[in-house]
Amino acid sequence: MNGLKREIIAMILAGGQGSRLKELTKANAKPAVEFGGKYRIIDFTLSNCTNSSIDVVGVLTQYQPFTLHCHIGIGTAWDLDRTKGGVYILPPHTNDSGGNWYKGTADAIYQNMNFVELFSPEYLLVLSGDHIYTMDYQEMLKFHKEKKADVTIACIEVPIQEASRFGIMNTNEDNRIYEFEEKPKHPKNNLASMGIYIFNWEKLKKYLKEDAKDENSDHDFGKNIIPKMLKGGERLFAYPFRGYWKDVGTVESYWEANMDLLNESCPIDTPSCSLDLYNDEFKVYTSSIAYPPQYIAPGANMKKSMIVEGCSIWGEVYHSVLSYNVYVGKNAKVINSVILSNSHIEEGAVVENAIICTGAKVSKGCIVRGKPGKIAVVPENKKQSSNLILE
Amino acid sequence: MLTNYLGIVSLTENDSKLKSLTATRPLGSIPIFGRYRVIDFALSNLVNAGVTNVGILVPTKSRSLIDHVGTGKPWDLNRKVDGLYIFNYSHEPPSISDIKLLKSNMEFLLRSKKEMVIFTLSHMICNIDFEEVAKYHEESNADITVVYKKVSNEDDLFIDAPTLILDQDSKVIGVGKNIGRRTLVNISLDMFLLSKEFLIECILSCLENGNCGSFRDFVYKNVQNMNVNAYEFKGYVGCINSISSYFKVSMDMLNVDIQQELFSKERPIYTKSNDSPPTRYFSTCDVENSFISNGCLIKGKVKNSIISRGVVIEKDAVVENSIIFSKCIIKSGAVLKNVILDKNVVIDSNVTLIGHNKNPLVIEKHSEVDLSVLKEVKRV
Repeated sequence: MNGLKREIIAMILAGGQGSRLKELTKANAKPAVEFGGKYRIIDFTLSNCTNSSIDVVGVLTQYQPFTLHCHIGIGTAWDLDRTKGGVYILPPHTNDSGGNWYKGTADAIYQNMNFVELFSPEYLLVLSGDHIYTMDYQEMLKFHKEKKADVTIACIEVPIQEASRFGIMNTNEDNRIYEFEEKPKHPKNNLASMGIYIFNWEKLKKYLKEDAKDENSDHDFGKNIIPKMLKGGERLFAYPFRGYWKDVGTVESYWEANMDLLNESCPIDTPSCSLDLYNDEFKVYTSSIAYPPQYIAPGANMKKSMIVEGCSIWGEVYHSVLSYNVYVGKNAKVINSVILSNSHIEEGAVVENAIICTGAKVSKGCIVRGKPGKIAVVPENKKQSSNLILE
Repeated sequence: MLTNYLGIVSLTENDSKLKSLTATRPLGSIPIFGRYRVIDFALSNLVNAGVTNVGILVPTKSRSLIDHVGTGKPWDLNRKVDGLYIFNYSHEPPSISDIKLLKSNMEFLLRSKKEMVIFTLSHMICNIDFEEVAKYHEESNADITVVYKKVSNEDDLFIDAPTLILDQDSKVIGVGKNIGRRTLVNISLDMFLLSKEFLIECILSCLENGNCGSFRDFVYKNVQNMNVNAYEFKGYVGCINSISSYFKVSMDMLNVDIQQELFSKERPIYTKSNDSPPTRYFSTCDVENSFISNGCLIKGKVKNSIISRGVVIEKDAVVENSIIFSKCIIKSGAVLKNVILDKNVVIDSNVTLIGHNKNPLVIEKHSEVDLSVLKEVKRV
């Protein structure tokens, strides 16, 4: 079709349940969970695409997609409502030969091969919709071309004790990957896959087709496709990323990533300690709601916090992230917490080391208290009218 | 829903007392309450009543306004059927009247299928239910219904605004001007409801008789010859017609009752969004009784103030009773009291600027104020 040819297009895997986020993903796909005050998790990946001049983006959805679909809409917020190209929502579907739910990350791409072919790209960028980071994918593509790679995997150094949670790359001096271990018990190093891949599309197509026929496969990039490509002698490279990146897979890491935004003393030489939301050259976009500015009332006390429009603060807010339209009553205390939109912290209530989900209410004088490593969560729309204290 | 109405917002207010705030923009696009522009209230009031066809008359510099309003998307006015139209002057002198603009864009009126019109200016800030007014108008059989508010003159806010003299049936029998002598006056909010046919009649007759200033002048001069009815609005109204009234109305926003009325949940005020991140409050900040927009970095002290998007207030800076427009930088040790900073102003370290609490100091767009500038001023 005329005007649809692209050098590179992106596919965002956004269908996972994210069950380790518990209450946060009960009614919502993980990529649609609110983050950092006014954003949702997928905004970071979508904005990266826009900021990297990638204007064809397929979003593969599956689990509880309603909020996610509403949020993405026709892509206007990310300037992805284009006449030729833009954002496409790709749910599982049926065709002449039946149909299936997406069985794995690789299967999800396999089932949408026709979509990719529409744009006959040289390269396919495969992304995950549940990571918090800002990154220019064009830089990675440049690296991919320079290395004459078949696959480039973005990697980040993680603390060695956490390395067994990730896909770990073993590379030679040239960044070429000679071994890849998915969640190894005894990792040989700390270079972890960020779940960001650039594939030469023709090569990937071949492997996807083979993998689809393999009944023993989980149809997963990390578990199946990457090892098969390594075995097949393809050129796999690790693209070293220096910057902030966080997989917000658990309640604790989600809370931590929010707290990371409040870091006031981030040394210039360690870009990985905090995310810069204030860079006008690399904005994070989201679909905005019309609320009046935040009102900080007489007697309110705010420190080390991040707050958005529509909030009304009468009490004390310390080291916390507040989303749209949150009310904090007189003498209430919010400490080390994440408060999602439309929730009410009533007079005299205390919220500490906690996540208060959308539309929830903490009644007058109630205490909600967790501790680092064991965050207290008040579920969506719940009225918490008794104390919730985690020991 | 007022599906049979079209809206006309005429930005023909007298802006002579607004100093540099209107040097590069019409009154309707002055930033207000942190993230809004004055015109957002008129547009949102129309849209919230179900009006989907709106024309804006801009007889003066229009860049800022067109930049803000764009295709009308934030107000849901980017429509295939009807939607938003902006009419601005081309070769005429900058102060031509809205009558001439309407005459030269008569197509807009003729092409629209709507039979009724809400004609409004933008400078009366309120959250009004036009459905109620329309019901009142349609039941009254009047040619024109004009909205007014009973105002006590204590704070001189509505000086120079037109006043209505009413009979006991709320019919307008005369129109005067508020010079502040009477304690209780009926201030016209310059909002008119009438049929399209009658509006066209007014335009033509105004041109024919040659005495036309603007549409509202025509109405006020001819109340004796027409059947003009008045609708009393009882809610909050802020009138923007001078620096001191702009300052007072802005500060009214720190009153929670007024805040909740103007930004009502049922009738939200829409505006252009610009993707600013949340505001960050640092460990050294001290913020009280203030209205603060997104994207600010606050390390200093802010009290009784209104702060627009993307403002940086450094450590040990003090901002009190002031209005700061977007992207201003206030460096450490600077002290601002009763000041309005237009967009992109930089206040250097240790500069102190103090205005009067009824007549604030206004600093022009893009200015850089440092100690040497202040010395210059003193020498003059």
